[in-house]
Amino acid sequence: MSRTEDVLADAGPTTTTRPGREASPAGTLAVERARPRFSVRGLDVGFTRAGTHRRVVSGLSFDLFPGQCVAIVGESGSGKSVTARTLVGLTGAGSTVTAERLQFEGRDVAEFSEREWRRVRGAGIGFVLQDALVSLDPLRPVGAEIDEALRLHGWGSRRSRARKVVDLLTSVGVPSPQLRAGQRSGELSGGLRQRALIASALALDPDVVIADEPTTALDVTVQAQVLDLLAQTKDRGVSILLISHDLSVVARLADLVLVMRGGEVVERGTAQQVLTDPQHEYTKALIAAVPGEHTKGTRLVPPAAGADVAPVPAPRRHEPAPEPLLEARGLVKRFATAGGLRRTAVDGVSFTLHRGRTVGIVGESGSGKSTTARLALALTTPDEGDVTLLGEAWSTVPETRRRARRSSIAVVQQDPLSSFDPRWDVERILLDSLPAGHTGRTARGARVRELLEQVGLGEEVLPRSPLRLSGGQRQRVAIARALGSEPSILVLDEAVSALDVSVQAQVLDLLADLQERLGLSYLFISHDLGVIHHVSDEVLVMKDGRVVERGTADDVFRRPQEAYTQELVGSLPRLADARPTTAGTSTTGETR
Amino acid sequence: MTLTSSTDPALDAGLTQAPPSRSAGRTARRVLARVAGAVVVLWGAATVAFLAQVALPGDRATIIFNTRAGQPIERTAEELAAVNAQYGLQHPVLVQYLDHLRGLLHGDLGRSYQQYRPVTQILGEQVGSTIVLTLAAIALAWVVMVVWVTLTAGRGPRTSGLGAALDTVTAALPHYWLGILLLLLFAQRLGWFPVISDGGPVGLVLPALTLAVPLAGFMGQATRTEFERALEQPFVVSARMRGQGDLGVRLRHVLRHSALPAVTLSGWALGATISGAVVVESVFTRRGIGSVLVTAVNSQDLPIVTGVVVLVAALYVVANLVVDLVHHLLDPRLKAS
Repeated sequence: MSRTEDVLADAGPTTTTRPGREASPAGTLAVERARPRFSVRGLDVGFTRAGTHRRVVSGLSFDLFPGQCVAIVGESGSGKSVTARTLVGLTGAGSTVTAERLQFEGRDVAEFSEREWRRVRGAGIGFVLQDALVSLDPLRPVGAEIDEALRLHGWGSRRSRARKVVDLLTSVGVPSPQLRAGQRSGELSGGLRQRALIASALALDPDVVIADEPTTALDVTVQAQVLDLLAQTKDRGVSILLISHDLSVVARLADLVLVMRGGEVVERGTAQQVLTDPQHEYTKALIAAVPGEHTKGTRLVPPAAGADVAPVPAPRRHEPAPEPLLEARGLVKRFATAGGLRRTAVDGVSFTLHRGRTVGIVGESGSGKSTTARLALALTTPDEGDVTLLGEAWSTVPETRRRARRSSIAVVQQDPLSSFDPRWDVERILLDSLPAGHTGRTARGARVRELLEQVGLGEEVLPRSPLRLSGGQRQRVAIARALGSEPSILVLDEAVSALDVSVQAQVLDLLADLQERLGLSYLFISHDLGVIHHVSDEVLVMKDGRVVERGTADDVFRRPQEAYTQELVGSLPRLADARPTTAGTSTTGETR
Repeated sequence: MTLTSSTDPALDAGLTQAPPSRSAGRTARRVLARVAGAVVVLWGAATVAFLAQVALPGDRATIIFNTRAGQPIERTAEELAAVNAQYGLQHPVLVQYLDHLRGLLHGDLGRSYQQYRPVTQILGEQVGSTIVLTLAAIALAWVVMVVWVTLTAGRGPRTSGLGAALDTVTAALPHYWLGILLLLLFAQRLGWFPVISDGGPVGLVLPALTLAVPLAGFMGQATRTEFERALEQPFVVSARMRGQGDLGVRLRHVLRHSALPAVTLSGWALGATISGAVVVESVFTRRGIGSVLVTAVNSQDLPIVTGVVVLVAALYVVANLVVDLVHHLLDPRLKAS
């Protein structure tokens, strides 16, 4: 049967082939690898909609062997999710799938009837989708969802299935599984529901697990646990096809990495090869675009396309900046919960933001970082403590006395789309952002064009609806809108979290440029440690409403003092974690 | 569903009963609020019905006589006084109003001007037939709508378009025209069903269908949008990935997500089809509230008209309580809010 070399030979002209691949550890698992569970050669997938045909996957080839993990990495629109769905025969309406070979367990999947597909799905192939909040039916208990997988394949009686569901939840590390089985996905935390979703995919011990962005919506510590769980599954001999936009996530798990762009594989190799010694320009750019400690003080995107990828130092001030613009002292905010109890969302948070500097707040969901942002913006008033803005009281004065200073502090949120009126075009959005003092049609028009220029957009976007902009353009418009009132402080609340890594890199570079040109101060809030490390002068690590650690970015991330920060930093998947080429090596720890 | 009732009942009970004790208090408060709201609605309906009687031009006793005789005749003062005493019309309006409310509390809707009988008795004879018709119509509408939407929604532009078009057309069909059409075709031409709808279940089919078809179209419009939206959700994909077939996904997952608007409409339909029943009952010569109402309105037999108003309001209130309950059963997330 086919050996690994075939993969390379078939890979086509766009692939950066790796002659060193035959020296790979095929020997260690040669017996098991006699037959791949999935064998794909020259897979093309296209969609025909409204009469036009669009190809989304071209010439994809790979083999998935027992106990192996193949990772497909790419940004949105690269065709990676379509590939995953094609492998289980659910490409979608209006699709055309052709392949030289598309085999599951040695059988051509084109021969599968719908009935056979239904037997294979769930039993032979388990599928884990992104974000279990929407991937599990929100109206049913998670136990019923796991039970469905068993029931559909005729597994056991009702009573034995109920026991099996509890066993499955136990095996994926869900505490008090009997209680959890009766709860709906909305009642579980992100980590627990993702485990429940994985339990439903593993219910019938499938030989293959396809995981499409299995950790994307999760906090970093939970992500580490879910990756451990997948690694344990793999060690049991299950083959995993891992799909992710995040190179560092696949680093720990993948034996073979395929980097996809625009439906084509641009690079393939072992995780270590691809991540530490990338050959293709796109892979290099993708890796360079990941912010982190090594990128601090540098640009993430090289100035000219195709130019040397060596980091160009972005200018950064090191002289002390004594002028404090925003000061928060001992902020406390409590909320009443449904049960009549009060939950302290923010508990004694203090920070000082100086002109031209960046304070980063990092923490997992529920840590109180967004509430802190709202307190800084005086959108909500603290129960204790106070905020001063530009040397005057801010949180303690009535809104009428804040209004004059509102223009000096602006916010950019994670999802600008929901903050735009969908019926307004970009021009109207930006005109609306100008302070009332800006009079005269020509002056206002000139200011809007200036704002666009500042965020690197052309005038052609003016008549467009935000719905028709790309994610990066939309975030640039949101930044331009925030700049409309000429603020000195921008509060960036997860402002780059929804963006692809290469777009995120561009926006982070833009923010660095704006800070330099306009002397802006940033209160930068993110769950992403790499981003916070990259942008921040001072960092606050938050957990359960408290600041558990603070200091300069390098101190906090390189020499974390507190156990929680150490756990956070330790959970962070890194490119350097790339598995050595021996398959089957355990990289897992015990899941709690 | 029954998943929690497994090997160790003691553990389950211990684990699941702790949180609901607090939410039980919430549920009780919510039920009380709903009941209080229902009482207010009924009181409002009774008041409006009373005011309508009072506001009618002319002397009420004269109207009562004319209603009975079917023609205007001059009456002597003694005759009028007797009628005033019988209906309590010699009292001030406020006293009459309180009497009216007191009667309602005791289940007394007054006496018919024309038939010399209590309104409750007259309506009681007829209301069963109308409620049977209405419930049958709503049930039939659900069956038709669920089958049609499940078969056609989200199946490519042509099938979905046909499905949606038929929803719109049927929603716009007038009861009167549809009833006569069904009568001509199935009762007269084919002879499958009786022309005159009696109490039996066979006679119920055509009148119920007349009410059900436009309702099914109307509910279908609301359901189809939600159905197609739910079909796009990731949990549908993950159910398919588990080996669930297309029909299974539609019936077990998607339908529940899309049923809420149709449930709301059903509550409204319970009241609306009673007024729709007027037409249908006359087309199919069926006894029921509708025909009583038509007769009463024509003959200015006001106690019956107000009785029907109060009855329909009560049915609306009950229907909305049921709708609320079904909402919470379908979407347990609603409890949180």
